[in-house]
Amino acid sequence: MENWIRVCEVEDIPVLGARVLKGRGIALFRDGSGAVFALKDKCPHKGGPLSQGIVSRGQVTCPLHGMTIGLCDGRAAPPDEGCTETYSVKIESGQVFLWI
Amino acid sequence: MQKLKLVVVGNGMAGMKVVEELLKISPDLYNITVFGAEPHPNYNRIMLSPVLAGEQNFDEIILNDLSWYEKNNIRLHLGKKIARIERSRRIVQTEEGLEAEYDRLLLATGSNPLILPVPGKDLEGVISYRDIHDTQAMIEASKTCKNAVVIGGGLLGLEAANGLKLRGMDVTVVHLAPWLMERQLDRTAGKMLQTELEKKGLKFLMEKKTEEIIGNNGKVSGLKFSGGEEIPADIVVMAVGIRPNISLAQSAGIHCDRGIVVDDTMQTYDPRIYAVGECVSHRGKAYGLVAPLFDMAKVCANHLAMMGIGRYTGSFTATKLKVTGVDLFSAGNFEGEGEAIVLNDAAGGVYKKILINQGKIIGTVLYGDTVDGQWYFRMLKEGQDISEIRNHLMFGQNHLGNAGHEGHSQASLMTDDMEVCGCNGVCKGTITKAIKENGLFTVDDVRKHTKASSSCGSCTGLVEQILASTLGGGYAPKTSTEKPVCACTDHTHQDLRRAIREEKLLSIPETMAFMNWKTPNGCATCRPALNYYLVSTWPHEAQDDPQSRFVNERMHANIQKDGTFSVVPRMYGGITNPEQLRRIADVAEKYQVPMVKVTGGQRIDLLGVRREDLPAMWADLDMPSGYAYGKSIRTVKTCVGSEFCRFGTQDSTKLGMTIEMAFDRMWAPHKVKMAVSGCPRNCAESTIKDVGIIGVESGWEIYVAGNGGIKAEVSHFFAKVKTDQEAMEYSGAFLQLYREEAWYLERTVHWIARVGLDYAKSRVVEDEKDRKALYQRLLYALSGERDPWKSVVESRAKPLFEFVEA
Repeated sequence: MENWIRVCEVEDIPVLGARVLKGRGIALFRDGSGAVFALKDKCPHKGGPLSQGIVSRGQVTCPLHGMTIGLCDGRAAPPDEGCTETYSVKIESGQVFLWI
Repeated sequence: MQKLKLVVVGNGMAGMKVVEELLKISPDLYNITVFGAEPHPNYNRIMLSPVLAGEQNFDEIILNDLSWYEKNNIRLHLGKKIARIERSRRIVQTEEGLEAEYDRLLLATGSNPLILPVPGKDLEGVISYRDIHDTQAMIEASKTCKNAVVIGGGLLGLEAANGLKLRGMDVTVVHLAPWLMERQLDRTAGKMLQTELEKKGLKFLMEKKTEEIIGNNGKVSGLKFSGGEEIPADIVVMAVGIRPNISLAQSAGIHCDRGIVVDDTMQTYDPRIYAVGECVSHRGKAYGLVAPLFDMAKVCANHLAMMGIGRYTGSFTATKLKVTGVDLFSAGNFEGEGEAIVLNDAAGGVYKKILINQGKIIGTVLYGDTVDGQWYFRMLKEGQDISEIRNHLMFGQNHLGNAGHEGHSQASLMTDDMEVCGCNGVCKGTITKAIKENGLFTVDDVRKHTKASSSCGSCTGLVEQILASTLGGGYAPKTSTEKPVCACTDHTHQDLRRAIREEKLLSIPETMAFMNWKTPNGCATCRPALNYYLVSTWPHEAQDDPQSRFVNERMHANIQKDGTFSVVPRMYGGITNPEQLRRIADVAEKYQVPMVKVTGGQRIDLLGVRREDLPAMWADLDMPSGYAYGKSIRTVKTCVGSEFCRFGTQDSTKLGMTIEMAFDRMWAPHKVKMAVSGCPRNCAESTIKDVGIIGVESGWEIYVAGNGGIKAEVSHFFAKVKTDQEAMEYSGAFLQLYREEAWYLERTVHWIARVGLDYAKSRVVEDEKDRKALYQRLLYALSGERDPWKSVVESRAKPLFEFVEA
């Protein structure tokens, strides 16, 4: 059954960086605005680990072949095509919760 | 806040390029209204010739369809011609009386075809060649008429003639000058072109002045020349030139000469009114090609967005004829003062002329073999001193990579199904199709849309050729010195390095703020570059930002295709011992490493390691990181040397180990590979390394800027020294100069190609003080650098290493 699960503190994720939720293959990102996003840790192109990419405002660049994925919608930036799964995130008093 | 009103007069390529650029950097500043005299959305005018030739249809050359205007909230008036500008009330008015107010006005009215003032010029069947309407009129005429006469043997006239011929007409080109394209070609090349086109079935009447167009019942029937001679004609295409369309600006009292006069920010004499494209006169020059328009558009958009950066300082233009099967290229001044180098193979159909003045290329004409056109053009634009390569200049750069495309170096000889990009499997046909259908103009565009040239880059030269032959004069390669780092900024690598050094910038946010970055956090292209420039310019002061490093440098391991990593411990000079080997074997077993491989750099690679195992493995190995993952010093490869080898003249293993220990942990713009060989047999392959050292009886020879990868490049002799200490100092100083001045991701081979070997020699070999200072700065930068594996193992702050657990 899906519900909100507490995963970590916001501060565990470096700004403009990412952490991986162990055993689940979910990457948590924190972009320059401080917002937290969650995507499946798998690039739609060749399955690269997005959590290892360089994060900038609203997007992450896959480390394998450089495809850029939107953090909000999981979509590849045009002209590339493809989409990766996204997860809902909420933050309460510094704690990060995931809807899984 | 009330949005400002921007009105654009002219819905062509220049005007819409400004709008596109403006929307990119400041999408919410203006309410935009566009007036276009033609009833079509913006289309790719340089593709009219393929449409005429039947190679493409109109829909395929549309650049911005109607939904684009809608999506960007642009009010579009098609088929509406602006009749006047009332500057005091800041309004424009169409012929029908429709009015629009503006805060800023952009004039992009393009140019008009010149019409010869001869009797009969208004007869039915006299067509100019400027827009899709003209093109369609020609296509229609070709269906019913037989004889076509094209007046004007310039670029446009020849493309029109070729298209009409392909449509089955009998075509005669009438030209006033003694040879074709006399403004772009010299006599020899012009005559060769004529012969080639005659073989295709075109007829030419040279040095003929048209006196009258003869008519019959209001329709064209023939042409009469000044000598009295007449020829029959069912249609006459006038392609004698274009003239900037300035009537609107002139009537509004805006200062014009040949075109609308603008300054370097594309502003006219009325500060609210800007102008771009073929209608302007900038520094006394009007342009009729696409490439300069794009440069103007960028600058103009920037000033409309009130960012105030960027100046347009004029363009060099080059010409290429878009007639299938004809290869010609021309740039600059090719008949002026200077020394000409000429290759003329009349039978083989190849002619090349390069004009040189004071050691610099000032112009070139190429016919039949245009492979090196872009190379000459780039040197011409950059004003590069070619004295040193003068002897080889004519033979070309052969600058294409030498792997991955079956040795092809001439795109025109490749068929559509041949592979251009061996990394991503992209064929020539795919690239041409993308260029035509998506309206691509730059190598970057092609990379984004097709992936060609986006990996190793060795096929970039081929892609440039394909662009040039598909776009004709529409393609102008950016020289690397003027290219911005990425879309986040208008500044170049050189600008960044200078600002960081001169303003003593110490962090990425500080640099972005100082340099007016357009994006809040940069991107995966600019951040790593910035980070490198900061830490290399201000060692021990600037903060290294792990989030701006590529994953490999952040994880201190090399990411593999399945997301696992490879681990390569340091083996100084490629020397190891049983104890190290035993430890490596134990670790490989303990962590079930799927592959153990000996690398090309004389060490051992453990592949397929899980990310979470990395820190524990490093602890068990208890060896330093080999930096096999970094833009840093990789290995110093050595041969056996005088200690054991019966041929060895010098102790290469000892020097190799000493250098690797001394320069260990050195970050650089790109990876750095070194080698030390003990004698000229060169078993360590020193001649294809960034710095290669070869032992001789009397000391060491140092070679630099070699490369063994994408494009094999033999290194250049740099200096001869006597002692190990000197070899260290010269190599170190050379590397420090590279670290301080090269651009991020520039290997030594490319950096030296850009700045010249003489420059590096003048700083390192000839200037002892400079050399010692450089070497000291390198040692200072390296002092106190800790082994990254040890740091992670000892910190224990994040036992899970980039994981969190729910």
